[in-house]
Amino acid sequence: MPLLENGQIIQDTWQIAVEGDSLPTGNVLVPLARLSEGLGRNTDARLGVVLTSADEVETLRDALPRLDVVSLTFPIFRDGRPFTQARALREHLHFKGEIRAGGHVLPDQYEFLLRCGVTAIDLPEGSDPAVWQRAHEAFTVAYQPSILNEQAEGFALRRRLT
Amino acid sequence: MSHSPSAALPVGHYAYDDVDRTFLKQRVAQFKDQVERRLSGALTEEEFKPLRLMNGLYLQLHAYMLRVAIPYGVLDAKQMRVLAHIARTYDRDYGHFTTRQNIQFNWIRLEDTPEILNVLADTDMHAIQTSGNCIRNVTADQFAGAAADEVLDPRVYAEILRQWSTLHPEFTFLPRKFKIAISGSQQDRVAARFHDIGLIAREGENGRPVFEVFVGGGLGRTPIIGVRLRDDLPEEDLIAYLEAVLRVYNAHGRRDNIYKARIKILVQALGTEEFLNQVNAEFAAMDRARYRLPEATVEAIRARFGAPDFAPVGNAAEKLAAQRKADRAFDAWVHTNTHPHKQPGYCSVTVSCKPAGGIPGDVTSAQMDLLADLAERYSFGELRITHLQNVVLGHLRQDALYDVWQALEKNGLGEANVGFITDIVACPGLDYCALANARSIPIAQKLSSRFANADLQREIGPLRLNISGCINACGHHHAGHIGILGVDKRGEEAFQITLGGSAGDGDASIGQILGSAMSEDETVDAIARIIDTYLSRRTAGERFIETCRRLGTAPFKDAAYATA
Repeated sequence: MPLLENGQIIQDTWQIAVEGDSLPTGNVLVPLARLSEGLGRNTDARLGVVLTSADEVETLRDALPRLDVVSLTFPIFRDGRPFTQARALREHLHFKGEIRAGGHVLPDQYEFLLRCGVTAIDLPEGSDPAVWQRAHEAFTVAYQPSILNEQAEGFALRRRLT
Repeated sequence: MSHSPSAALPVGHYAYDDVDRTFLKQRVAQFKDQVERRLSGALTEEEFKPLRLMNGLYLQLHAYMLRVAIPYGVLDAKQMRVLAHIARTYDRDYGHFTTRQNIQFNWIRLEDTPEILNVLADTDMHAIQTSGNCIRNVTADQFAGAAADEVLDPRVYAEILRQWSTLHPEFTFLPRKFKIAISGSQQDRVAARFHDIGLIAREGENGRPVFEVFVGGGLGRTPIIGVRLRDDLPEEDLIAYLEAVLRVYNAHGRRDNIYKARIKILVQALGTEEFLNQVNAEFAAMDRARYRLPEATVEAIRARFGAPDFAPVGNAAEKLAAQRKADRAFDAWVHTNTHPHKQPGYCSVTVSCKPAGGIPGDVTSAQMDLLADLAERYSFGELRITHLQNVVLGHLRQDALYDVWQALEKNGLGEANVGFITDIVACPGLDYCALANARSIPIAQKLSSRFANADLQREIGPLRLNISGCINACGHHHAGHIGILGVDKRGEEAFQITLGGSAGDGDASIGQILGSAMSEDETVDAIARIIDTYLSRRTAGERFIETCRRLGTAPFKDAAYATA
């Protein structure tokens, strides 16, 4: 699937673990249940985890330094739990790697995702990145702090969006 | 009128600057884009629905309804005239004030909405987050900044919370809607314990406010009185603590069942102690510096509020006393519809939007224009919508009351019934709402007519009557001293009566169902018999709710179901 990162569509080089198969040799995303299997691989290839919206990010605390990607999943765009997962990964667990959002995500949620710490979006095949870029540029101000340390805009809690 | 420098700022609400205005225009452009994407098929109806709801646009039984935000219930005369213009131009010449201090227009066309939002934005208004599973309009005491019993003005904090919650990146797709109310008086006029979060502010030891925090209250299908999580939350932690509560809710609130998704269900399921533990753990772990609310920020917001510049009133009180003596009807109105003001010689007036036989909360465009004129002329241009669906003129000189009353009288707004049995709160019901089981409006009108006699109402005294057209309880029937709930009884509209509910003043309680549902006319008769029972059984000076509590429901149930 195409991956949207910093406004660009890039080739996703990661593979997703297939249920019932052994893990592939390259960079791989595993579900939480196969985390220890992934950590046990004897390879230089990189490891990421795919979370469901019901998973507790706290369970990643020990493994996180060895993870390059955490991929969050929206079963439906209305399920807002991944916003809190992303923010907790950044704020509580100080995760510095890539946070992806996938599943059913709308361009209208893009800015919220970025401000909660998501850095890449798994786009459905055929998505128009221009719509996402437009959503990103829709607002020039926000009214609350976020995990991105945005500059103050004027006074009070306002932040300048770039 | 005042000519001091602060006169440039609107009295009673936050003054927008260019940054805020740009934001509103961007929001309108975003919505226009969403409408176009819906029409092109890029957005499915399922995807579009929450996006339009977060701009206040509902699809009701017969048309779209647009709910416009009135933050903490305060607006200025110019804004009220724009609401009148919208009613006149895009609707059927009236609007409806809601229990969240907002206004809704019931006959809106989808294709007009981007234009209406633009017209609103031109006077610093919007419909942001008046619906949807997000943080809704923050409500505040309708006598804020005026009441003699007020400790501090909660509107500055309501505005801070409005800004903070606007397009909040983490809390815009919550399990369910989220309602916050704030009061700055120990007299709880906001029903703090019936909100997802209720805040009561008071003066702290260092001269800065502290907040009592209630969580998990609400009405709806499962009426629950909120629990107190904090007694003395410092001002600087207000945002951080609310973030912590909302994070726990967003992560763990139920999403499998819309009827079990409010925070009150989570608090009940975990138990207060465990819920509090989780909030405290989040609060302790979070980056508090990032979410700190500095005193300077509070003061920067406060500086954007205009304050009334009170003039010396001379012998206003004597003049009022003489006018009351000379005109009995005026005297009755002053008695019921005014509230003590902290400034000597002034008072606040509640304009009743509940005329005899009328529809609670409905106001015509002409009446909106009149209210704007009166506010401009007598009350520093400021108006407030109350959660009991009336309008308040906050700061009137006592010697202006007679003129104001006469103008209101002439235009169907002079009813002297605030706090009485005909000051009915009702949801729109089956006349408009797709969820309703029964019509709320006709029974409200029948009850209003039945008890229209001014002497009878005065004799009955303070009484809250609330009507909901279905179990979702938008008319807050559980919190009414008398509540009426519309149900579907084998395909017919029918009504259950509840008794003994109360919304505030430190004695919040949930009404008890009296018995099986009755027809509309039977219900009106039953309520008349309940009132007769009260009048014959009360002790001297005992209010209706007190008699209910003393006697219990049994005698009232007997009366309600007695067939003469």
